[in-house]
Amino acid sequence: LARDHLDEEVWEEIEDSLIGADVGVEATREIVDRLRERVAVLGTRTATELRTLLADELVTVLDPNLDRSLRSTRDGGTPAVLLVVGVNGAGKTTTCGKVARVLIADGRTVLLGAADTFRAAAAEQLTTWAGRVGAEVVRGPEGADPASVAFDAVQRGIEASVDTVLIDTAGRLQNKVGLMDELGKIKRVVSRHGPVDETLLVLDATTGQNGLEQARVFTEVVDVTGVVLTKLDGTAKGGIVIAVQRKLGIPVKLVGLGEGPDDLAPFDPTQFVDALLGTEPLGVDA
Amino acid sequence: MFDTLSDRLSGIFTKLRGKGRLTDADIDATAREIRLALLEADVALPVVKAFITSVKDRARGAEVSQALNPAQQVIKIVHEELVAILGGENRRLQFAKQPPTVIMLAGLQGSGKTTLAGKLAGWLRGQGHQPLLVAADLQRPNAVNQLQVLGGRAGVEVFAPEPGNGVGDPVQVARASIEHARRAARDIVIVDTAGRLGIDAEMMAQAAAIRDAVDPDEVIFVIDAMVGQDAVRTAEAFRDGVGITGVVLSKLDGDARGGAALSVRQVTGQPILFASTGEKLTDFDVFHPDRMASRILGM
Ligand SMILES: Nc1nc2c(ncn2[C@@H]2O[C@H](COP(=O)(O)OP(=O)(O)OP(=O)(O)O)[C@@H](O)[C@H]2O)c(=O)[nH]1
Ligand SMILES: Nc1nc2c(ncn2[C@@H]2O[C@H](COP(=O)(O)OP(=O)(O)OP(=O)(O)O)[C@@H](O)[C@H]2O)c(=O)[nH]1
Ligand SMILES: [K+]
Ligand SMILES: [Mg+2]
Ligand SMILES: [Mg+2]
Repeated sequence: LARDHLDEEVWEEIEDSLIGADVGVEATREIVDRLRERVAVLGTRTATELRTLLADELVTVLDPNLDRSLRSTRDGGTPAVLLVVGVNGAGKTTTCGKVARVLIADGRTVLLGAADTFRAAAAEQLTTWAGRVGAEVVRGPEGADPASVAFDAVQRGIEASVDTVLIDTAGRLQNKVGLMDELGKIKRVVSRHGPVDETLLVLDATTGQNGLEQARVFTEVVDVTGVVLTKLDGTAKGGIVIAVQRKLGIPVKLVGLGEGPDDLAPFDPTQFVDALLGTEPLGVDA
Repeated sequence: MFDTLSDRLSGIFTKLRGKGRLTDADIDATAREIRLALLEADVALPVVKAFITSVKDRARGAEVSQALNPAQQVIKIVHEELVAILGGENRRLQFAKQPPTVIMLAGLQGSGKTTLAGKLAGWLRGQGHQPLLVAADLQRPNAVNQLQVLGGRAGVEVFAPEPGNGVGDPVQVARASIEHARRAARDIVIVDTAGRLGIDAEMMAQAAAIRDAVDPDEVIFVIDAMVGQDAVRTAEAFRDGVGITGVVLSKLDGDARGGAALSVRQVTGQPILFASTGEKLTDFDVFHPDRMASRILGM
């Protein structure tokens, strides 16, 4: 039943599958254009071969050789400091809990800093996570200056000689200038103890094209070093990270796969692309 | 970043005036540009396709070819069609004939349900109602505390007989809240529920059980304005899983274009009742279809 040529319908299907996964129009076009060139050069004839080429192309955009490890070990006699940032409800607090879980399972000591002093019961939520995974928590009074809570958390981490300090911050939309300034300040104040080792942007996999703007602005303000793509256990494909990687070169380091403490995994470009393209074959062959 | 739809269409229409009718090629080019604009605004692909088909017909008509500025005329048509789908008429909350009126909130994790519960409670209280907030999310860490804090700010009682964090049965809490509301003479009951995924069958069944326990007058689906192409699948899942009577779009204070509004409206057939526009209790507005259409088109 193999198609002996690749008609426009197949190409449209490819475009639709990428756009339907939130890869975005611009990135989709570029990927499809490159794919067309390769198809012409290689003389690809069937939709099955084409799918393989497409998967290759997507994995290439995601750059499988990037270092996706988390800088979370002590160096220079002080704890590693990780700052967790992102828009409202993306999964920051949960991610702090999950990352702490992984580190603690690995024999490390972890301190969680509750620098979300704004949202109702945010510190309580982080404290619950700390209890679940066996981490210490540092929190300030509600409405306290988040930068000073973050500073105190690292201070305490240094005194207690923990391996890693994870700082949870309040959700903020990237178009809120005041809140973004506040985030910049948190990072600057924490940096008085020494450089922040990792700034993780938490992106919700359901996010559409706004995700690119989130990544752009957060990077501008706090120099994001890695993305955590959450809620990949749902039906959303999280294709916006392809656009993020392509435009900004920020690698996805971890994925969130549920609400439980163990629902965190390293990001695997090949697995991600397979899930993104789904199991349905392109065209009529296969 | 991108040219506006208006710039893009002007290019196509420069030759049109005086020429009379649009050629098929002109129509196709027009449709392509509208498609792009909508996709960049996160309108879901199947919704875009259906939408384009209906706009194409009108673009062929005399109202475009005879317009002084055909590009503007097409945008006006697109805008009108968007407003029509987004719901020209503005529906208000449905109140029960026999109080209490029950409003149940449902949606994905982190979409803004608990915050909205607080906002609705404060808003309704301001209108002279006596709302009761019900803590039926017993799963997400400290969801109960969060609702208690918000209820405190809104000056509204919070019914929270169970501590949550995995302890307690949300269906029983929901059921008991109605009895409590009657005894305490509360005329509106707002039930906050846990976030859940559309594909989580067990959690969807729980939502349906909560619904059956409280027999709500409104089941409000809360969806994040930043959501992308998944809006359709998720809206379908909640429509089929719990039944939706209205929609609230949250985080509209962001700079996402919010094409999901169109997708959800199309899929559920239910009105968008409110816009949630910030983290504070009062950051809340009735939904304006015309503003939303302009926003989607980047105008
Ligand atoms: N299904 C699923 N749910 C998740 C995941 N990560 C987080 N959540 C849920 O998403 C909701 C929001 O998570 P939080 O960790 O509170 O998000 P946040 O970014 O800290 O939110 P704010 O601090 O309010 O901005 C909660 O209900 C979490 O349980 C995930 O990977 N999968
Ligand atoms: N900027 C902004 N933030 C909002 C809005 N609505 C809610 N939030 C924030 O979004 C985050 C999640 O809101 P919640 O009300 O906890 O969401 P939820 O749907 O109850 O989350 P789960 O119970 O974990 O599923 C919090 O940080 C809220 O403050 C809004 O309209 N604008
Ligand atoms: K260090
Ligand atoms: Mg949080
Ligand atoms: Mg909630």
